[in-house]
Amino acid sequence: MEFLSYLISGISLGSIYAIIALGYTMVYGIAKMLNFAHGDVIMVGGYISFCVVTYLGLPGWLSVVVAMLVCTALGILIEGLAYKPLRQAPSLAVLITAIGVSYFLQNSALLIWGASPKVYTPIVSGQIEMFGGSLKISWVTVVTVVICFIIAVGLTSFISKSRMGKAMRACSEDKGAAQLMGINVNRTISTTFAIGSALAAVAGVLLCSFSPSLMPTTGSMPGIKAFTAAVFGGIGSIPGAFLGGILLGIIESLAKAYISTQLSNAILFAVLIIVLLVRPAGLLGKYVPEKV
Amino acid sequence: MKKLIALVLALSMSLSLLAGCGSTEESEAPATEETGEATEDAGNDAQPGTTTETSDATPFKIGCTGPLTGDAAIYGIAVKNAIELAVEEINGLGSDIQFEFQAEDDVADGETAVNAYNVLMDWGMQILLGTVTSGACISVAAETYEDRVFTLTPSASSTDVLAGNDNVFQVCFSDPNQGAGSAVYMANNMADAKIAVIYRNDDAYSQGIRDTFISEAEVQGLDVVYEGTFTEDTQTDFSVQLTAAEAAGADTVFLPIYYQPASVILNQAAQIGYAPTFFGVDGMDGILTMEGFDTSLAEGVMLLTPFSADSDEPMTQAFVEKYQERYGEIPNQFAADGYDAVYIAYMALQEAGCTSDMSAEEICEALISVMPTITYSGLTGQGLTWNEEGEVSKDPLAVVIKDGAYVIPE
Repeated sequence: MEFLSYLISGISLGSIYAIIALGYTMVYGIAKMLNFAHGDVIMVGGYISFCVVTYLGLPGWLSVVVAMLVCTALGILIEGLAYKPLRQAPSLAVLITAIGVSYFLQNSALLIWGASPKVYTPIVSGQIEMFGGSLKISWVTVVTVVICFIIAVGLTSFISKSRMGKAMRACSEDKGAAQLMGINVNRTISTTFAIGSALAAVAGVLLCSFSPSLMPTTGSMPGIKAFTAAVFGGIGSIPGAFLGGILLGIIESLAKAYISTQLSNAILFAVLIIVLLVRPAGLLGKYVPEKV
Repeated sequence: MKKLIALVLALSMSLSLLAGCGSTEESEAPATEETGEATEDAGNDAQPGTTTETSDATPFKIGCTGPLTGDAAIYGIAVKNAIELAVEEINGLGSDIQFEFQAEDDVADGETAVNAYNVLMDWGMQILLGTVTSGACISVAAETYEDRVFTLTPSASSTDVLAGNDNVFQVCFSDPNQGAGSAVYMANNMADAKIAVIYRNDDAYSQGIRDTFISEAEVQGLDVVYEGTFTEDTQTDFSVQLTAAEAAGADTVFLPIYYQPASVILNQAAQIGYAPTFFGVDGMDGILTMEGFDTSLAEGVMLLTPFSADSDEPMTQAFVEKYQERYGEIPNQFAADGYDAVYIAYMALQEAGCTSDMSAEEICEALISVMPTITYSGLTGQGLTWNEEGEVSKDPLAVVIKDGAYVIPE
């Protein structure tokens, strides 16, 4: 029965990684850049939700909506100010800029909210008991998994069915050709960032509900792990990010329970290395040979 | 593609290393403000050539390093506030001994603390009333031993702080005392408890208390059913440890850790509906004042502390009233330790007949010889004495959190 508990807490943690990884993978797949500031947008989402609940006294669900709106605006702003001017620059320059943005967000949060940790009140509380109380699942877990699943399915159908999704896929294949076909590449990329940042806000709220300690560095470690999850599942692939996130969460939880807490992160990254050795493009990624 | 991923992984690794340093940026600013104020206050009494009877009433320069920002900021700020309060009181007495005080931020990190200490040394510090946290204090104590600066730490409780350093003394009780004290308390009051221990094994404070707790628990015949660990990187998720503790049948969870991870543990335990008796040590102090913390979660949490703000001792009441009036919150144990530290230093200086024109080294030698001979009664205990190693004799006191306040359990 404990095994089942560990598995469930792993899936719950993994769902959060998956939502973050979806944001990473979408931006990478379409804009071909790694948005390292993604983890910090999550942190901003958490703080916004915290402030709305604590200082304005509004209900939890409303704080999610506010956090999503603020993060969407923030995502578009970051893209417009920091990344758009570098559209033609080498990918390394964009990468460094993303790291800069990440630090900018962290230190801004430090100035605005201070360094002492805030305790986030989970948006849902309580638990379900099963098998006569021997298995307990918290509502946070249930909500997290359900939301993650809805987002993954919704995003997949958005990208494969809608007009904007088609435009995104076109940009991903070839920006130049897409522009020739009358697609507004800049707007498409901005939309991608907007969606990615809204997802980050949701992830922030869920992350803080799961682990209710909010600091300016809250987003960095989950951000790095979710990036690992995205690479693990095959970066650029949405089902891959989903699968990678969940698997990573389960590995982390079981490694903690049965091997060692200290080594759990090391085991996590070791699995990534092994997967990349065997399948360089990740679990579900497509291997595209590049001419150098 | 492969190259890009390799590059990115390397970058993300260095990012994760740097992530820890993120919070150290704004260290200097708050400290300097306070200094200005302190200098002014002290200056009034210490003007040479004015009507003050003694010409040698230049103040002793005392310093403190502690986490004024970051995870453990509540401790550093409490100690700093209380020292300021005590310094003002002593300067107001008009005796020969006057103090000038400066605090530096060390974010509870060893390396930053040594830098903060060097800043204080450049300022001309003669006595160090610090460092606030154990880990940082171990690094600083090595320096003060070399430089021969008398060090009286209000709250660094690890014995490693004292080991081999004849110039370091503690105001708080040491980790072995806390670990063993907790085990003895449990053996006397909750003998048939099934105990789980969750501790941070990359932290000297937590590991130290856990070690002495476990060895004393064996002596006392306590039943420890589970031990879970975590590290700095994994202190955001305790679902695995809590599930395992519950599965092992633990009805008491001993938490020799700081309040920030403890708040996560209390929250996550509530989420899975696990409600054992949580038992903390002095690091748990501060949990009730965390922003956004639902104090009902801490209902029934027990902890060891030498100071309870709702005691009816007149001295405690006067201190609590003054502190609250000035800083708008109820002082915790760390504040009490800081306040006592100043008075202990004052008493020892008087006893040793030190004057402020003596060098830090002369003061250090004088105080080392006088410390084992003095007996002090203050906020954190009556009749405190010190041994040559610098350990204080005082008894830890168990309190339980009830309606958001500490009360003595019946």
